[in-house]
This record gives sequence, C-alpha cells and structure tokens, in this order.
Amino acid sequence: MDGSKGFEDALTGEQKIRNFNINFGPQHPAAHGVLRLVLELDGEIVERCDPHIGLLHRGTEKLMESRTYLQNLPYFDRLDYVAPMNQEHAWCLAIEKLLKLEVPRRAQLIRVLYSEIGRVLNHLLNVTTQAMDVGALTPPLWGFEEREDLMIFYERACGARLHAAYFRPGGVHQDLPDELLDDIEEWAIRFPQKLDDIDGLLTENRIFKQRNVDIGIVSEKEIQEWGFSGVMVRGSGLAWDLRRAQPYECYDEFDFQIPVGKNGDCYDRYLVRMEEMRQSTSIIRQAIVKLREATGDVLARGKTTPPKRSDMKTSMESLIHHFKLYTEGFHVPAGEVYAAVEAPKGEFGVYLVADGSNKPYRAKIRAPGYLHLQAMDHVAKGHQLADVAAIIGTLDIVFGEVDR
Amino acid sequence: MSEALNELGTHIELKRPDCVLSWDVSHGELNIDVTPANIVGFVEFLTADSSCRFSSLVDITAVDYPERAKRFDVVYHFLSMYQNQRIRLRVSIREDEIVPSIIEIHPSANWFERETYDMFGILFSGHPDLRRILTDYGFRGHPLRKDFPTTGYTEVRYDEAEKRVVYEPVSLVQEYRQFDFMSPWEGAEYILPGDERS
Repeated sequence: MDGSKGFEDALTGEQKIRNFNINFGPQHPAAHGVLRLVLELDGEIVERCDPHIGLLHRGTEKLMESRTYLQNLPYFDRLDYVAPMNQEHAWCLAIEKLLKLEVPRRAQLIRVLYSEIGRVLNHLLNVTTQAMDVGALTPPLWGFEEREDLMIFYERACGARLHAAYFRPGGVHQDLPDELLDDIEEWAIRFPQKLDDIDGLLTENRIFKQRNVDIGIVSEKEIQEWGFSGVMVRGSGLAWDLRRAQPYECYDEFDFQIPVGKNGDCYDRYLVRMEEMRQSTSIIRQAIVKLREATGDVLARGKTTPPKRSDMKTSMESLIHHFKLYTEGFHVPAGEVYAAVEAPKGEFGVYLVADGSNKPYRAKIRAPGYLHLQAMDHVAKGHQLADVAAIIGTLDIVFGEVDR
Repeated sequence: MSEALNELGTHIELKRPDCVLSWDVSHGELNIDVTPANIVGFVEFLTADSSCRFSSLVDITAVDYPERAKRFDVVYHFLSMYQNQRIRLRVSIREDEIVPSIIEIHPSANWFERETYDMFGILFSGHPDLRRILTDYGFRGHPLRKDFPTTGYTEVRYDEAEKRVVYEPVSLVQEYRQFDFMSPWEGAEYILPGDERS
C-alpha cells in the first residue's frame, strides 16, 4: 500500500511512513463497553491488535469465596447483563449437580422459557447494534422496542428488569401467573413479524452486505484452536449446540432446529442469530403450552429452598428453617463440578469447588466472550480498520463477562 | 454416561501410563491427575488420539490450598466436539514450581495462562507474553490467593489538587466484616463473648 515494493532508488516522504499505533477505545461506542484495543496499522490495514481488558474487573470470583451460595447468585446477573438469567442458570446447575437435586418439572419449563427469552434479548441487542456499528440506525430503534417488551416479562416474573435473581438452586423463585403466560404467548405470535421487518431492513441491504460478507472468516480448525463456542461455531457450519449435544433441563423434549452458516463470516453469523431468534420464539411457544399443563410446585422443597410463606405462619420449624437459610445458607457437599449452559454468546460454564461448607471454596466463571475476544488479533489481522468494528460486533462481546 | 467415561479413563491410562497419576469419575465427570512435566505431551496426545479428540480448550484455572505442600492445583478443562465428551486435568504444583505452557497446542491457552498468572502468580514456561491481564497496570499481588485480602491493599481516587488519579493504601472506616453464620457446633472457630471464662 505504501509503495515500498519494487521501488527502491529514491524514497519520497510518503514512503517513510512507519506503522501507526492507535488506541481503539476504551470510550469508543463500537467497542461495546470498555474495550481498549491497541491497533498497529499499516495505512488502513490492521497489522496487530492487542486487546487490553480488565477495565471492568470487579473481582467477582474473589468476592464469591466469602459469600454463601445464595448470596452469590446475583453476581451472575452482573456478568453478561444482556441476558442475565442464562448465567444464573449455570450457577444453579452446578449447585444442583453437587447436591444431586431434582428440579420440579414446572420450574424446568420456566427456566427454559426464560433462557430463551434471554437468548432473544441478547440476539436482538447484538444484531441491531452491530448493524449500527456498520452504519444502519433504524434496526436498534426497532429492536429495542421488542427488548422493552421482554424486559417487562422479566419484571413481571421477578420484579427486576435486569438483575433478576430469579433462578434459584432447586427451581425458580416464584411461580408465573397465568396472565403473564398469555401475554408472553401473544408476544411470541407477534414477534416473527417484527423479525421479518428487521430482516427486510438488513439481510439484502447493499451497505450491510458490503460491510459484513467475507469479513472475519473463521474456519473449523480455528474454532478448535481458539476454543470458540456458540454462534461463532455455528456460523462456520458446525451444528454444535449444548442444548442438543449435552441436553440439560428438559431441552430434549423441545422441537427446534440448529441453524448453521456456510462461510463463517460476519454475515453468516448475523443470519444464524436471526434464525436462532425464530427458533427461540418457537421454543417459547412450546414451553407455554407445556407450562399450562404442568401445574405444580416451582421449587424442590427441602434444605436448599425456603419454606412456603403460609407454613411460616403456623410452623416454628419453617420459621427457623427460613431464618437459617437466609443467614447461614445451605451446605454443599465437598467435590468439584463443571456445569455449562448454552448461553446466547456461547458456552457459559461454572467450575465450582466445594469444601462442604456454606460458601464455595473456589468458583471459576468461564465466559465465552473471553475466548472470542482473545482471537481478535488472529481474526482482525489483515482487515481494514473499519472492519474491526464489524468484527467486534459479531464476536458478541459484553465486558461484564469478559472482565468478571 | 459414566460407563463411557470409565472406558475412556481406562483407555487413556493404558495408552499413557507414564502421564496419568490417577483418574476417577465423579459427578459424571472424568478427572485425571497429571504430573507437571508431562502436561504438554499429554495434552497433545488427548488432542490427537482418535478416541479422545479433545481439541477444544474450555478453561484453565487454578485452586489455592495454602495448607498443602503442593499449594496449587492447576485445572484444565477440555471438550471434544467430535466425541461429545469433557475431561478435566489436574496438575498439583508447589508454590515455586513452573508449569509448561500448552500454547503451542492450543493458542487459546494464551489468555487463560495470563489470567492464572495474574490471579495466582503461577508461572508458565514457554509463554510468549506472560503479562497481567485483568488487574490494573502496575498491580501488585495475586488476588485469588487465599492469603490476599478481599479488600486489596490500595485504593484509587481522583485528586482534585494534583489533577490525576492517585493510589493510596486502603483505609476502611470500619473493619471489613466477614460474616460467619455457621452453626457454633459446625463452624465457629472464634470464642463467643463471655465464653473465654469457662
């Protein structure tokens, strides 16, 4: 580009240009948070890309070691704050695996329902803001309208729009009212139409395609080398989905397809996300039909879960149980487990080492975004500076979970 | 599920008896204890062997046991997308021991090893760029060691007079409280007020 090849007799001023280092972020809007990228540029071509992370590091894992299992649950909402309940799910699964706890069917269905709502929340945000990064302004405005509806469903289930703390070890905190199920179903019938609208804006849009097709191609070998998961894998044609491969909860009862891409570029990842939202909507509708039949308790009553409010009014033991549960917490037998869920961004896992007390001895949070961002140097190398924004967008990075 | 894991464990032990110290299947997961010197060769074997193909690195982390002679457990998680299996490797090391880096086989180990170094102070030989990753530039200490206080040692604030961010030793208005809610007959290693006389 700088004309240095095959022209050596006289150097003009332009040819003496050295590579240029710039800081991308931490306040850049396309950095999706507090990412600082040190980019080495040769003209407009990215030669090297060094992500500096940790600006949002809150020491979650350290804090967790001095809190009880139940007190640690809300920390998981604050990891990937775009789809909070999916993270809680991994934590609950890890505890339940150690306790060998069976979750009641209705609670399982509610978990599936809200995990899928979380997936739609996440993909709506990602697809539309990525479109904004490459120049489209309308999609986020339309997408956020739908997100707002979903946040209200979160709020109606647990009282909080974002930091839900709704999934608990042994089930979910509270039962869902029937009206809420009706409203979610009504939304799920209406939503595919809205998706088609966004689809019409983006999928065949000339500018959107020019910015995304053949950008950031990821091959099967690279997936293995860089430990990718989630859409980053499926965009490259591998039908790998933990919901199907290693089913947890009652995902094996549901009928859904796993969309895969062909070329593994940014555009295919966009298409996969769009189709996943359609599949999630279908799972939501199936879950509601099943929830109407499965009436019953939403918590496995026992030492790990609170007693019923009505019992506490009449039984002294229940009152003591309630008090001890929310102060001392429950004890988890010693052992180590790894529990993973297919979070919207990829495989979100928790490695939990318990020592038999009421606090985790060590909990390691394995966030998918951490590995995806790590490969940034590899994926972005040789691309233009403007493509960096498009690639960060489809890597789907949220700093809550990367920095922890 | 655990039958297949038992089979896999026996297979791995048979193929690489020099690497495997012991193995077990608990909670439906396969754990293998490996010596630090053999970890690179063993990981390479796990990636290449046709009945393993653990080609995705899921996680590298460590656990601190200050009371043990071999203080740290370095824990590796691998996933095989082809065999649909998971495996966990544990390497016990002393505080001054160095673990060989597996970055040659799994480039994705780069940040995990940096994080383990940052959080525990475990060194990885052969790592090209073992910088801190999550903590602040110029941070001291290794936060996830059990002897590191949760509050840390320094705090930062913006100084209006100097017009820059200044670092100061942590000053707490009241002592950081670690509540112990354990039943007195289970936990409680302290003496309750009044009990010291009896």
